[in-house]
Amino acid sequence: MLEVNELRVFYGDFQALFGIDFHIEAGQTVSIIGANGAGKSTFLKTLCGQLRPRSGSVLFEGRPIGGRPPSAIASQGISMVPEGRRLFPSLSVEENILSGGFSGRNGPWTLERVYRLFPALRLHRNAPAMTLSGGQQQMAAIGRALMANPRLLICDEISLGLAPAVIKDIYAALPQLLQEGVALILVEQDVNTALSVSDYAYCFMHGRVSLQGQPGALSKTAISDAYFGIQ
Amino acid sequence: MNRPSGYAIVLGTRASRVGLLAAGIGCVVLFTMPFWAGSSTMRLLIEIMCFLTLAQMWNLLAGYGGLISIGQQAFVGVGAYGLFLCANHLGVNPFVAVLLGGLTAAALALPVAVITFRLKGGYFAVGTWVVAEVCRLAVSNVQFLGGGSGQSLTAMRGIPKALRESITFWIAAAITVGMVALTYWMLRSRFGMALTAIRDSEAASKSQGIHVQKIKLYVFVFAAFGSGLVGALYYLNALRISPASAFDLNWVVIAIFIVVIGGIGTLEGPIIGTLVYFGLRELLADYGSWYLMALGLCAVIVMIKWPKGIWGTIQHKYDLCFFPVQRRVRVLE
Amino acid sequence: MDWLAVVMHGTLAGGGYALFAIGLSLAYGVMRLVNIAHGDFIVLAAYIALVIAVALGLHPLLALPIVAAIMFGLGYLLQRTVLNRVLGTDILPPLLVTFGLAIILQNGLLEVFSADARVLPAGTLATDSVRLGSGLAVGLLPLATLMTAVACTFGLSWLFRRTRLGMAFRATSDDPHTAQLVGIKDKHIYALAMGIAFAVMAVGGVFMGMRASFTPDLGPSYLIYSFEAVVIGGVGSIWGTLAGAILLGIAQGVGYSFGPGWGVLTGHIVFLLVLLFRPAGLFSRSQP
Repeated sequence: MLEVNELRVFYGDFQALFGIDFHIEAGQTVSIIGANGAGKSTFLKTLCGQLRPRSGSVLFEGRPIGGRPPSAIASQGISMVPEGRRLFPSLSVEENILSGGFSGRNGPWTLERVYRLFPALRLHRNAPAMTLSGGQQQMAAIGRALMANPRLLICDEISLGLAPAVIKDIYAALPQLLQEGVALILVEQDVNTALSVSDYAYCFMHGRVSLQGQPGALSKTAISDAYFGIQ
Repeated sequence: MNRPSGYAIVLGTRASRVGLLAAGIGCVVLFTMPFWAGSSTMRLLIEIMCFLTLAQMWNLLAGYGGLISIGQQAFVGVGAYGLFLCANHLGVNPFVAVLLGGLTAAALALPVAVITFRLKGGYFAVGTWVVAEVCRLAVSNVQFLGGGSGQSLTAMRGIPKALRESITFWIAAAITVGMVALTYWMLRSRFGMALTAIRDSEAASKSQGIHVQKIKLYVFVFAAFGSGLVGALYYLNALRISPASAFDLNWVVIAIFIVVIGGIGTLEGPIIGTLVYFGLRELLADYGSWYLMALGLCAVIVMIKWPKGIWGTIQHKYDLCFFPVQRRVRVLE
Repeated sequence: MDWLAVVMHGTLAGGGYALFAIGLSLAYGVMRLVNIAHGDFIVLAAYIALVIAVALGLHPLLALPIVAAIMFGLGYLLQRTVLNRVLGTDILPPLLVTFGLAIILQNGLLEVFSADARVLPAGTLATDSVRLGSGLAVGLLPLATLMTAVACTFGLSWLFRRTRLGMAFRATSDDPHTAQLVGIKDKHIYALAMGIAFAVMAVGGVFMGMRASFTPDLGPSYLIYSFEAVVIGGVGSIWGTLAGAILLGIAQGVGYSFGPGWGVLTGHIVFLLVLLFRPAGLFSRSQP
């Protein structure tokens, strides 16, 4: 579904990604792990159109999307739950969820279905978004991304700043997102949680893929070496 | 990779030495002009020097201080009226009163800063414009300064024409060279480094202990002083003042045009911009309002296509700098 | 001094200022843009109305929808082709571009229409008055202006709060990057916001053009009144802008009662006082 080849991304003169190859199929869950500054966010921003690649190709369902504007990519079916949630403060909880619909895509996800997935949101539907707890904000952000009826859902550090019980609840809801063959990219610093739900994993370090494989096949030492870059 | 044996922090480049030499020669020529140049040439040059200095002040404010003002005419007018107040009504020698005009403007800058610094960005710009309007309206209501129709510089009566013109010219040259040199020196100092830091990132500067508001205030007052000197000088030359002219928005329109076209945030830029402006003015002199429209259109196009201005683009492409204010690290062998 | 009359007439004047200020408030609210040519575009609207009213023999109020439509298109195009290209974190380019536009507009209008004062022929609307009990008479036109201003404020507030477009405006204003992520086409949104602002400016231009004579150089004054209204009322609140405009009108009215040179100056002084003692504005809220 998503095919990335030799992706190179720069911030001005500073090179952040050095030729990333990445691959994900429909219905798959792939996690990207790595330390801060490894290039994970840069990679995601490029997929969503917030950054332009300097070279390399990004193909989504056969069509090139590298360099296209974010709103166009959202209409094609890639949806991101951004790092830090980034709900709109001027909008209520319900409006935030509904804002996901601006990409104009049809599909199974509706406001009702999001409320069934996350009942806590229904209680606070008219409250300003920022009055929610961290976990509820994360649910709202996921709900917003789902309203776009994506083919590929990207979750950037959704467990950041949340209590373990809350993280458990959110991850428990993830399988319901994947019913219609939606692919999921999970970016996490919490390696164990991410690997426990993934079909495949990539480890980024210094803008390169330092390790990749099925979670079962990767040993703990291999992962920590690839994560921390011990040579 | 060999470790370098040491490094030095240098400020000059070969181009800067050329630039300093050229500037030195230019200054000498300038100061001898009253002996060999004609009246109209000197008058034109005084006008050019006024706009150059004003442009440098606006450039300092906006390009280095990050303060975009469209009310600088307030200080031009206040400086000019300060001259008339001191010379016509307080019996001060008119040539000395030019300096007093500048100081009056600087004094006004303090309360103006207190009020307008509460505004940010575009709102700050319009706020400074309101201040200029208040000054204009206030002065128009003061009868002994000529009210709405203005007055003449009677204090200059009795001074022979040639002497008056020469001294006015020397004052203009002194102000221009002095303010540009002072600005250059300031930017090369630690103050200048702080300014550049603030321009690049206010938040980061604050975290480094730079007192952002205080520095902006100094820049604002200095620019007001310079603008006041320009106003006093211009009307010393013109011998007659009115509120509509002294507080005319066109002062800042032309200053902005010069800085934007020449290259904002550089010292060479306003010099080039002034030459371009006066060249255009001579070319389009017969076309009335069209020439102002052409200025406006030029500014719009330059801002969209070459936001660095003429000099800024050249400097960026060829790494050329006649008045460098950046420090470079040179690796020593 | 007859306080009631001064307050009443000041409030009515404020209606006109509100129509001016709403456009500025909208553009700033959605895209942090301060359009230095704001007042000049209002003047342009008045001249467009003049041309259309004369050419088609229409009463200015009948020409208003046409003028508003033209101005909407103009605002949309301007934002889409010119202003979107200079929007960004640097405040200088949009300020200088709009400044350049102001110069072009003022001098262009001067060349085309000359400095003669013009007025939009409003017939009896301009001279009729209405009795409001207790022997107080107010002009019909100023009253209509104020009512239109209230209607526009109400309409825009409703647009922001209850429509999908308003949701897009608020989201884009909060966080343009994330707004793009959810599929909001920000270039289009900005252009729509500018178009709507221009349409309201057209209404303001037509009403003021009927009420008083206008010349090409009035743009800067209109900009300053708009700006003062927004700051006095509080940035970010459209009802606050209306309140600020009315307060400005009253302040000017009080000033005028002392002498003709004091009207505008009093408005400036009140503006500076608000800035000094309540910089956030008198009615500001953090959300529109």
